[in-house]
Amino acid sequence: MTAREKWLWVVAGVVIVIYALFPVGWIVSLSLKSASDISNQQFLPSVVSWENYAQILSGDAAGLFLPALRNSFGICLIATAISCVLAMFAAYAIARLDFRGKKLILSTALAVAIFPVISIVTPLFNLWREIGLYDTWPGLIIPYLSLTLPISIWTLSAFFREIPWEMEQAAQVDGATTWQAFRKVIVPLAAPGVFTTAIIAFFIAWNDFAYGISLTSTSASRPVPAALGLFSGASQFESPNGPIAAAAVIVTIPVVILVLVFQRRIVAGLTNGAVKG
Amino acid sequence: MSTTTMPEAGATPLPPTDHRATISDRSRAERKLGWMLAGPAFVVMLLVTAYPILQAVYDSLFDYRLTDPDKRSFTGLSNYGVILTDQIWWTSLGVTAFITVVTVAVELVLGFALALVMVKAWRALRAPVRAAILIPYAVITVVSAFAWQFAFSADSGFVNSWFAWLPGVSADTDWFGGTWSALFVVCLAEIWKTTPFISLLLLAGLAQVPEVLQEAAKVDGATWWQRMWKVTIPNMKAAIMVALLFRTLDAFRVFDSIFVMTGGANSTETVSFLAYRQTISRLEIGLGSAVSVLLFICVILICGLFIKGFKVDLSQTRGE
Repeated sequence: MTAREKWLWVVAGVVIVIYALFPVGWIVSLSLKSASDISNQQFLPSVVSWENYAQILSGDAAGLFLPALRNSFGICLIATAISCVLAMFAAYAIARLDFRGKKLILSTALAVAIFPVISIVTPLFNLWREIGLYDTWPGLIIPYLSLTLPISIWTLSAFFREIPWEMEQAAQVDGATTWQAFRKVIVPLAAPGVFTTAIIAFFIAWNDFAYGISLTSTSASRPVPAALGLFSGASQFESPNGPIAAAAVIVTIPVVILVLVFQRRIVAGLTNGAVKG
Repeated sequence: MSTTTMPEAGATPLPPTDHRATISDRSRAERKLGWMLAGPAFVVMLLVTAYPILQAVYDSLFDYRLTDPDKRSFTGLSNYGVILTDQIWWTSLGVTAFITVVTVAVELVLGFALALVMVKAWRALRAPVRAAILIPYAVITVVSAFAWQFAFSADSGFVNSWFAWLPGVSADTDWFGGTWSALFVVCLAEIWKTTPFISLLLLAGLAQVPEVLQEAAKVDGATWWQRMWKVTIPNMKAAIMVALLFRTLDAFRVFDSIFVMTGGANSTETVSFLAYRQTISRLEIGLGSAVSVLLFICVILICGLFIKGFKVDLSQTRGE
């Protein structure tokens, strides 16, 4: 590679990094602007101010933001856990056993994954009000399974295929039952795949807005994205943009760090499930 | 070498009739275990989607609003008639189609370029580029929508002052005041957020193009463009099609960005937003259900078009 080519690639790389970071940098910058500085028409704040963070963590907006943070964490973790457990058994069967109906299960997962969320929202909105699940945690956890379960089944099936199954057979030769071989040999081998799947499923639930905004009405169960959508200023003359930006940063940065730490695995998980040679 | 879109084991299930008699106890036990393990996930998937959509089909046949539940009455297909003869439906369908076509087209080109950089770039660059590319993926759609909206907004943004030199842009340009300028910003936000996903799928496809073919074409004196069009792209057609199908269906459901950035004002309403507004804001369960069912039918039509029209094989088994 010539020196000139090398420089071209470096330029391309820098452009991509700027592309990816620019909107994130902007929302961080906006979150550090004081109320009087919000409309300075510039990218950077004139003076760095923490007032937006104070407002959402202990000020007027805390009553909206903090319960939403708790709801989002709780609801997404439970939905992720349920779908990972269900998907683990299903993916084991798909990757390992030969039985009729396997194709049906995978096709169903595909169909559910492309299902328009809003088409589920309408009937659930009505049904949840009748049976008392409207604005509750289970009222969101159940529909979240439609988001997390299909991708978990795919991703895990792909990961499970990579496992050296001879070890399972070896265990069976040594007298272990199918179930014992699964629990004692395969589960430890599969743990990294399960962990990656859990991260991907958690993101998808964490990202949800349509269910969150439609099936909740109070801070009893409203998740963060829905709460962000409903933020308004302390008074009608005050722009809510600063506090929204601060809240956005708080919910974004941990996820970004998580993705960067596990980037290799997440890329493998995202692509394995969809394209496989 | 074959490409599949779903993890699928090598062996296909036995045909239903011919072999039934010969199924051994062992395979019978295996099938039973298979359904015991996969059954719960299967049932849950059906419960959370098939049941609601059937309920929506049923509800769509009634004139039913929550503000006046006692007057619920069966009206057959008249809700569909109301919707399909209303300009609002066709506008929202047009907006949705516009956003879908524009974002998917741009993302395909951009995503392909990103994938190429990740494959071909100088080794030391790969890790930072891949890490950077994952950041938009990790940002919540609502947050991305807010970031772009604030950047373009006339009072808290910087875009107007940065681009004041462009014709038509001034300090008080209201991007969200017009249909096309608002849709432009919506598309930008969508493209930024979802290009990484498409580029990762294409990257996986690129990795499947046999190196030998590239070398052979090079030896034969093919230019970079010729190799791209005649070797690389035909060999990763399946990956491209899968990426296109997933992104098209995803783009067609666009809701979050519209809600946050325009609220459907100035004829920027999409089909998803229309369904939301009928059901949740206006409490018109009957009409909202009908819009939901129509949205669902649109998604099925897109799928059918891809699978039949473009021959996307979603169930091809792995060549083992």
